[in-house]
Amino acid sequence: MKHLLSAGDLSFDETLEILNLSLEMQGVNSRDVKKLPALNGRTVANLFFEDSTRTRFSFEIAAKRLSADVVNFTAKGSSVSKGESLKDTVLTLEAMGIEALIVRHHHSGAANTIAQANWSKATVINAGDGTHQHPTQALTDALTIRQSLKGLTDNGDLKGIRVLIVGDILHSRVARSNIDLLKTLGAYVALAGPATLLPSSATLLADAIYHNLDEALASGFDVVMMLRMQMERMNSSFVPNAIEYSTLWGLSAERFSGLSSSTLIMHPGPMNRGLEISSEAADSAQSRIVAQVANGVAVRMAVLYKLLAQESGAK
Amino acid sequence: MKNKGTIFTNVQLSDGTTTNITVSGEMISYVGKDIDSSLDVVDCSGLIALSGFVDLHTHLREPGFEQSETILTGSRAAAKGGFTCVHPMANTNPVADNSAVVEQVFALGHSAGYVQVQPIGAVTANLEGKNLADLGKMNASAAKVNVFSDDGKCVSDSLVMRRALEYVKAFDGVIAQHAQDPQLTVNAQMNESALSLKLGLTGWPAVAEEAIIARDVLLTEEVGSRLHVCHVSTKGSVEVIRWAKSRGINVTAEVTPHHLILTEDLVSSYNPIYKVNPPLRSQEDVLALRMAVADGTIDIVATDHAPHTADNKDCEWGEAAFGMIGLETAAAIVKTTLIDSGLINWSRFEELLSANPASISRINNQGQKIEQGSFANIVFFDPKSEFVVDAATESKSSNNPYIGMKLSGSVVHTLFRGAFTVKDSQVQEIGNTNAH
Repeated sequence: MKHLLSAGDLSFDETLEILNLSLEMQGVNSRDVKKLPALNGRTVANLFFEDSTRTRFSFEIAAKRLSADVVNFTAKGSSVSKGESLKDTVLTLEAMGIEALIVRHHHSGAANTIAQANWSKATVINAGDGTHQHPTQALTDALTIRQSLKGLTDNGDLKGIRVLIVGDILHSRVARSNIDLLKTLGAYVALAGPATLLPSSATLLADAIYHNLDEALASGFDVVMMLRMQMERMNSSFVPNAIEYSTLWGLSAERFSGLSSSTLIMHPGPMNRGLEISSEAADSAQSRIVAQVANGVAVRMAVLYKLLAQESGAK
Repeated sequence: MKNKGTIFTNVQLSDGTTTNITVSGEMISYVGKDIDSSLDVVDCSGLIALSGFVDLHTHLREPGFEQSETILTGSRAAAKGGFTCVHPMANTNPVADNSAVVEQVFALGHSAGYVQVQPIGAVTANLEGKNLADLGKMNASAAKVNVFSDDGKCVSDSLVMRRALEYVKAFDGVIAQHAQDPQLTVNAQMNESALSLKLGLTGWPAVAEEAIIARDVLLTEEVGSRLHVCHVSTKGSVEVIRWAKSRGINVTAEVTPHHLILTEDLVSSYNPIYKVNPPLRSQEDVLALRMAVADGTIDIVATDHAPHTADNKDCEWGEAAFGMIGLETAAAIVKTTLIDSGLINWSRFEELLSANPASISRINNQGQKIEQGSFANIVFFDPKSEFVVDAATESKSSNNPYIGMKLSGSVVHTLFRGAFTVKDSQVQEIGNTNAH
C-alpha cells in the first residue's frame, strides 16, 4: 500500500490495522510529550488547492507529532493562481525531495492522477478530492463509532451497526468515503436526502435509500450522520430554499428528541447550525462531533505512520 | 509504362467477388478478369478493395490550433486510415463561419494532397448559437460547403435551429447537430450513472442528447429539411432516430468508433485519455449502437478525430480537454466490432465508411462504386491482419485511447485519385505540385 486515495481501496485487514494503529496514536496524544520519532528527517507537503482549515491543521499536527518536517502549499498566494499546472507544482515539490503529498483538490480524481502520472515518486494521501473521496475522514468516523458505541470491541469491526447518512449525498466526498469504509467493516449503511441530491443509482452503493427523513429515522439507527448543506445548492434548483431544507431534512430538536438515547450524532463539519443540524442535537451528550475532530489527528498519524514508516521502511 | 496504369490483381470486392482493378490516371479504367500484361502489377491476393473512406466528422485544428494538428498532418493520418476524404469541423480559430475560412481550409487540403478536404461550415456566427453564419456564401464558395455544424456546441436555441434547417433547404444542405442540451450538462464530465456517482464526476445524462434529437427530428419534419445527428451515443437516441425514420423524417445518424468499443468503466482510472464528448457510455449503449448500425438506424461511422496536445491530457480529469484521435484506427474498430461479430458484411461496411457519408455531404466524386469510370479512390484492406495498437501515429497529437488494444483489419494501400497515398502501410511522401 503506497498511497491512500480512496476508502474503497482499503481491505478489511488494512482498515482494522489503521484503526488499531490509531488507538496507539491516541495514547501518544494523551501524553505530556506528544511526539514520536517515527518520521524524523522525512518531509511531507500539505498540498491544498481548496480552502480547508481543520483538515490541513489536522494533517500538519499529525505529521509534526511523528517528527516529520511539514511544508504547506496552498493555492492562494502560490503560483497556481498565476496559472501553474498541477503537474508543474508536483514536479517542483518532487525536485525538492518531498516524500509524501497530502492533497486537497477541487477536482475529483486529482489525487489519483498525481499517484498514477509520472510526475512524482512521493506517497499520495488524498485529503479530499472534489466530490469524490476523503478517506481519512471516513477512518476518523469509523474510529469514533467504534469507540463510542456500547458493545463493540476496541479492535474489532462494525458488523451489524446501522448508520444513516443524511443530506447532500451527490456532492459529498464524506458520504462516499463513509459508505465504502463502513461497508468494508460490515456496517449497514442507509442514505437519506432529496432525490435531487440522492440519485436513484445510489441504491447500488448503499443498503437502503430514503427520500423522507422521518421515515428513515423511524427504522432505527445506531448512528445518524448529518452532512453539511452548501448554500449554493439552493441557487441551482437542487432544493427550493434553506427553510424548506431545514424543515424536511434538518435534525431539529424535535427529531432529535424522538431518537433513541443511544443513537450517536455525527457531522464532519463545518456545521450550519439551524440548517442541517440543531444545536440541541449538535451539543447533546450523544453528539460525537468534537470527538471526530480529536480522533482525526490520531487517524492521520496512523495513516502517515503506516504509509511512510512501515511501508517504505520495509522496502 | 506508368502512364498506362496499374493493375491490382486478385482483389476481393465488397460483394465477395474476386477480380482485377485497372487504374489509369485518376480513374478506374477497367474492372474485370482480363489482364493487360503491359501494366504495372500489384498483387492484392487476400486483400479487400473498398471505396475510399469518407469521414464526415474530423477536427484538423487548422487554422488556430496548429500545435495539435495541421491540415497536412491530419490528412496523412486520414490516408493512413484509408480515408480519401475528410470533413473538418468548423471550430477552428477563426471559426469556419464564412467563405474565406472554408476556402482557405479547402485550399490547404488540396495543397497537402493526401485526401479531399471538404470543410464543414458553422451553423451560427462564431459558434455562438445566435445568428446564422454565412451559410449560402459558404455553399456557393469554392469549397462548396453542404454540411453545417456548430460541433463542440449544440445549436440549442429552438428557433435558431429551425431557421437553420429551413435556410439550407435552398441548396440541399444539411445541419449536423451536436446534440447536447447545455443546461442539462453544465460542467458535465462523464456519463451520468452509478459510476459517475461513485467517482464524484458530474454526470452527462443520456436525456440531454435524446431530448435535443427528439426536438430536432420534429423541427426537421415540420420544415421539410435534412438533419444529420453527430456522434450518437445512447440507446435512447437510437430509439428516437428509429422512430423518426419510421415516420419518414429525413434524418441520418453517425456513431464514432470509440462509442462502438469503449465504455465508461475506463473512466474509473481518471485517465483523461478517456475524456470525450459525448462521453463514453455503458455496455448496454455500446451494444444498442452496434445493433443500430446493423439494422440501418445509424447510417455512418465518423471518427470525431479530436487531436489535443499532451499538456491538455497530462493533467487532472477536470482540467483535461475532451476528445481522442481516431482516423488511423477507425476501420479496424468497425471491422473488429461489427464484421468479426457477424453483425454486418463488407458491403455494409463500405456504405458506413464511404458511400453513405459521401451521400449525406452530397459529394459525388467520393463514395463511388469500384467500377469503370469511377475516381480511383480505393482502400486495399487486409481483413486477416491482427495487431496490437501502438503509439505510432501520423497525427501531430498522441491522445490515442486504444494503445495496447488488439484489433483486426488494417489498411495496406490507399489510392487517392489514382495515386498511392499509402503503399504497403507506409504513408507516401507526396506534394500536390499543381496547388502551388
